Amino acid sequence: MSSVGEGCRADFPILQRVVNGSRLDYLDSAASSQKPRQVIEAMSGYYERSHANVHRSIHTLGEEATELYEGGRDAVRAFVGARFREEIIFTRGTTEAINLVAQCVGRTLQSGDEIIVTEMEHHSNLIPWQMVCRDRGAILKAVPVIGEGFLDMEAFGRHLSPRTRLVAVAHVSNVLGTINPVSELVRRSHEAGALVLLDGAQGAPHLALDLAAMGADFYALSGHKMLGPTGIGVLYGRREVLEQLEPAWGGGEMIKEVWIDHAQWNDLPWRFEPGTPPIAGVVGLRAAVEYLGKLGMERVAAHERDLTGRCLDALQRIPGVTVYGPRNPEIKGAVVAFNVEGIHPHDGAALLDERGIAVRAGHHCAQPLMKRLGIAGTLRASFSVYNTPAEVERLAEAVKGLRDAL
Amino acid sequence: MVYSDLIRERFRHPRYQGSLERPDAAFEDVNPLCGDRIRIECRIADGRLADARHRGDSCAICVASADVLLERAIGQPLDLASRLTTGDLLERLEADVRASRIRCVTLPLSVLQGALNGKEVAR
Repeated sequence: MSSVGEGCRADFPILQRVVNGSRLDYLDSAASSQKPRQVIEAMSGYYERSHANVHRSIHTLGEEATELYEGGRDAVRAFVGARFREEIIFTRGTTEAINLVAQCVGRTLQSGDEIIVTEMEHHSNLIPWQMVCRDRGAILKAVPVIGEGFLDMEAFGRHLSPRTRLVAVAHVSNVLGTINPVSELVRRSHEAGALVLLDGAQGAPHLALDLAAMGADFYALSGHKMLGPTGIGVLYGRREVLEQLEPAWGGGEMIKEVWIDHAQWNDLPWRFEPGTPPIAGVVGLRAAVEYLGKLGMERVAAHERDLTGRCLDALQRIPGVTVYGPRNPEIKGAVVAFNVEGIHPHDGAALLDERGIAVRAGHHCAQPLMKRLGIAGTLRASFSVYNTPAEVERLAEAVKGLRDAL
Repeated sequence: MVYSDLIRERFRHPRYQGSLERPDAAFEDVNPLCGDRIRIECRIADGRLADARHRGDSCAICVASADVLLERAIGQPLDLASRLTTGDLLERLEADVRASRIRCVTLPLSVLQGALNGKEVAR
């Protein structure tokens, strides 16, 4: 590994693949990124040398596994800029992290309490809130998306009230790429007495994080979108807030002492991690954040902004192409959603795949946003550390030919 | 090759796309994977599918599948029309449709069956 782009491609074995006779241009990292050798080897090394259950195994392997697992927590704490290691809870992914908060906070909701979401949320940051609101008789309010794909902050102000208990917002939209004004959202929500959860699935892989400074109460992220393995995610929770919450799920390890009819909860963060945790996943995630740390998240962000800017420029010049989301890459994550007139997104994606270009197509688990945009779906190119300007050029060339390809 | 010549041809120039005035049966459904939506309207006479049309917002495979489905079904007794299979359609489409897109082929089948079974939904 030396640098972003061409300089790190050799670390990603899968990028050597030939797909349908063409070199693979993997432009679907917002769905799931590829993994560097460092992550793959860390995980296989763990299984080959150090695997045992964590925390209660009083033998050498158990101690090594515990050290790797808890060391992973420290690495993630540093990567996201959290103050305390107790604020890092390992989950299966962003979805589980959000559901965990929905369970814990949901339990405290009264009839008539309000939750605010936005029209640009991924279903994983919408459905859990629909479910708790239904169960608790609470009210779900949604901030509209306006203009090129920004939150209507005036409407947000109108929705906020003393009844607002929690505001759940994407840090970065997985379709529009919009980077939401999280500092303002946090400040205004806290002034109203509401908690804030940020869905960081698209933020953590692409932006340098300083969660302590950001001030959100919860931040959820997925390992597999940031060069790590599937099945591992993180819920960051502010310590003062986590301390007030009852655990979502029961099991081993989340308790201190158990009687037949009651139990005393364990300390943070284990209180929220019942059962044998995804140890290999944490080992892989640690290798991933160390890899990103060496590249430097500022450099990663700049590289992806450059690719996003090139992609926007190239696609907007093609007749029949509509691009969604902010046109300015400075205020946008590493995704470009677009449509080609007369070509259904799934056909577009299949035709690009025939040339070895992998993009996402469909509603991107954001059906309310699709309804707001008045479309069934889009194509979406997204970028990670290993993508290059040449790949963006090949995408644009292929998109030019799409209308004649069917 | 996912997009056979026949799929391309029927996507560009579908023969049974449109709507019927006062259809005797109709049904509409979506594919939750991709949001494809298709509606099929039917005219029924003497126990046969006398005529039918499809329309919606869907991909080339789905449009072509609906088109060859109606081509095969129109004129058939209702029980035969509703017993056409995915295999029948794949054979006619001359396409190597992968598992990830097979719902694009089968959505029109289930919509036609829904219409013939009287599952009309609001437009």
